[in-house]
Amino acid sequence: MSNSILQYVFYLVILVVLAIPLGKYISKVMNGETVFLSKIILPVENFIYKILKINKDEEMGFKKYAISALAFSAFGLIFLFVIQCAQKFLPLNPEGIGGMSWDLSFNTAASFVTNTNWQAYSGESQLSYLAQALGLTVQNFTSAATGMAVLYALVRGLMKVKSKGIGNFFVDVTRSILYVLIPLSLVVTIGIASQGVVQTFKGHEEVSLLEPVAITTEGEIIENAKIQDNKVYVNGEQIKDAEVVTKQIVPLGMAASQVAIKQLGTNGGGYYGVNSAHPLENPTPFSNMLEMISLLLIPVALCFAFGRDIKNKKQGIAIFMAMFILLVGFMGITAYSEHASTPAFTANPAVSTSVDGQIGNMEGKETRFGIASSVTWASWTTAASNGSVNSMHDSYTPIGGMIPMLQMQLGEVVFGGVGCGLYGMLGFAILAVFVAGLMVGRTPEFLGKKIEPFEMRMAVLVCLATPIAILIGSFLATILPSTADSLNNAGAHGLSEVIYAFSSCGGNNGSAFAGFNANTPFLNVNLGFVMLFARFVQMTACLAIAGSLAKKKKIAVTAGTLSTSNAMFVFLLVLMVLIVGALSFFPALALGPIAEFFEMII
Amino acid sequence: MKGTIKRSLIFVVITTILCGLIYTFVMTGICQVLFHDEANGSIIEVNGVKYGSEFMAQQYEDEDHMCGRVMNLNMTTFKDKDGNTLLYSGPSNVTPASNDFEKTIEERVEKIKANHKEMGNTPIPPDLITNSGSGLDPEISPKAAEYQVKRLSKNNNMSESQVKTIIDKCTKGRFLGIFGEKRVNVLKVNLMLDGILK
Repeated sequence: MSNSILQYVFYLVILVVLAIPLGKYISKVMNGETVFLSKIILPVENFIYKILKINKDEEMGFKKYAISALAFSAFGLIFLFVIQCAQKFLPLNPEGIGGMSWDLSFNTAASFVTNTNWQAYSGESQLSYLAQALGLTVQNFTSAATGMAVLYALVRGLMKVKSKGIGNFFVDVTRSILYVLIPLSLVVTIGIASQGVVQTFKGHEEVSLLEPVAITTEGEIIENAKIQDNKVYVNGEQIKDAEVVTKQIVPLGMAASQVAIKQLGTNGGGYYGVNSAHPLENPTPFSNMLEMISLLLIPVALCFAFGRDIKNKKQGIAIFMAMFILLVGFMGITAYSEHASTPAFTANPAVSTSVDGQIGNMEGKETRFGIASSVTWASWTTAASNGSVNSMHDSYTPIGGMIPMLQMQLGEVVFGGVGCGLYGMLGFAILAVFVAGLMVGRTPEFLGKKIEPFEMRMAVLVCLATPIAILIGSFLATILPSTADSLNNAGAHGLSEVIYAFSSCGGNNGSAFAGFNANTPFLNVNLGFVMLFARFVQMTACLAIAGSLAKKKKIAVTAGTLSTSNAMFVFLLVLMVLIVGALSFFPALALGPIAEFFEMII
Repeated sequence: MKGTIKRSLIFVVITTILCGLIYTFVMTGICQVLFHDEANGSIIEVNGVKYGSEFMAQQYEDEDHMCGRVMNLNMTTFKDKDGNTLLYSGPSNVTPASNDFEKTIEERVEKIKANHKEMGNTPIPPDLITNSGSGLDPEISPKAAEYQVKRLSKNNNMSESQVKTIIDKCTKGRFLGIFGEKRVNVLKVNLMLDGILK
């Protein structure tokens, strides 16, 4: 137990210690200052601007910025859709995998373009190497970079005075890819490949089994089978038509490079179906640490970058503290619940409860990660809108599984995705100053900019796009009888599977209660639209705020100005996030995980 | 407007070449040179026979083999070129809070107990009776390995200390003594018990 606590604390410490310098670096890069990599990267950067025929100092207004972001995402979506449908006829497909169905391909394309990376498919059996590299890996980079770009448009909106421009979309995306995402990915790829994450052009490997397994023609395992000379006997009688399986498949491919960016870009779409629980995607505690720190590193760093950008480090720290308090609280509840386990283990005297590090609910968790490293990941991946997993959330205890769900429902603002987490949280900050302004009877302002009805309306869209998408999408799914066929568990947990799926897509997270079979035309299309709505409504509203704020003048700070960087404001911000989340989702959670919890203890 | 849309399209091409093609291919090249075995699946090959990947579980039920995590075998997804089924596995994704799960655990406990009569009423480590996150977890905890020592020594005509030596050889510790968990690689233990791996 003491080791578990040590792990929780150290993971958090390492994360923050690395994020602080990275935040400074990101801030420099995005503001066009010189950094240590400039010498190597600047020529490449300028070359890209030359092809695009843009002047990097030319600023875009809100509309042009938004159109660029939306058009870039739309073309990415179409390209990805086509490549997945046509993979059968394209090169780099050693397994000869067939094309994806239109609905699954739409769902997957929407998923990767929106930085959700919800997966209704399994990569090792349904995607060619080409589709993984040229399709998914690229979107992993660009969707994260788009999030960072939009955040910086908002930052400029807050900083600029009586100006029309909020930066240049192409410059922002180019810089975040070249200076931030690619260099970090290089380091992480090499780190995890050294541990055994595969990275090869070779097709899947076949190896011999130490113990052959007998199966029926339908692929069912034959129990108590004796195998002799390739013949199968049960209780001395030969079973005809039985097949003896003597080989295992070891799926390979270019995984390490894709895994690195899926962690760093808060994407989370696994190379393999079971994501970073797969031993070839995450083979050791060290690879696990690298991948886990990566998944929250940039969102945390952006808080500090934000403080430097607006020349008010205290403000950055205040936002960081609000997120950090929520993260630690949620991590604590999940950890407590998973260590406490369920009656299936604790009430059975034949089961040991004293295995070091594995005290708790081990169903769906890997031996090398035990409880502590699994819980930390689960909590971080749903705080960040990453959505990769190293254990199966579907097999968490009721409360242990509810917390990840809740973190997504809060709109992914507990650090959240690269860029989008912070701009979501700034939406909540605007909401908070408005509420505080109402209470004391003053015109609300944030960082010297007056918050007026237009900003308020847009901020409400930023904060409510996720709940609206989740609730409407899951409402449609639950009234459709066929959804019940997709469930892997009965009762309250079955409802949890549906709520989790829609929370994940609405929060642009991408993790799953993976027993839920989401690969049906209705669910693919429904979830696809949920992802697109939540992402692009929020993004456009955020850019609209940026455009409107940029035009305003700065108001001087007076004694009556509400401080937005003290403990009082941090408390108010945390409260805003929890209230909006609780009001939107308490009824749904009460019928799902909370009901299951009471069923379990009674 | 028109210019912006055209630029967006060109930008998709640029990022595809940069992040899809160049990045992926350069990384593959570097990893193939620096970590050749690791990058190709950490295959354990002895005298030309590929016995498995160090990182992928197989199912072991023979009485002279160490057993690993519970597996949820998948025999329908993969076939080889001749149409023979290839073994794969996945997670259970069942809730641990249901009555059904309680029964499943009881059944698994009975099965383990029946195979380990010499252990009497020693409590069973939870990793032996649970499915893993991937269904392919290649390892078990040292406690779960220790639980099987008596059976393995009897069925392999080895002394307990010989079995323990093998287990120790296949045990890895926490990273920096803090992160992750101690674990024993089951495939390697079984290959050593069979005398294939030294």
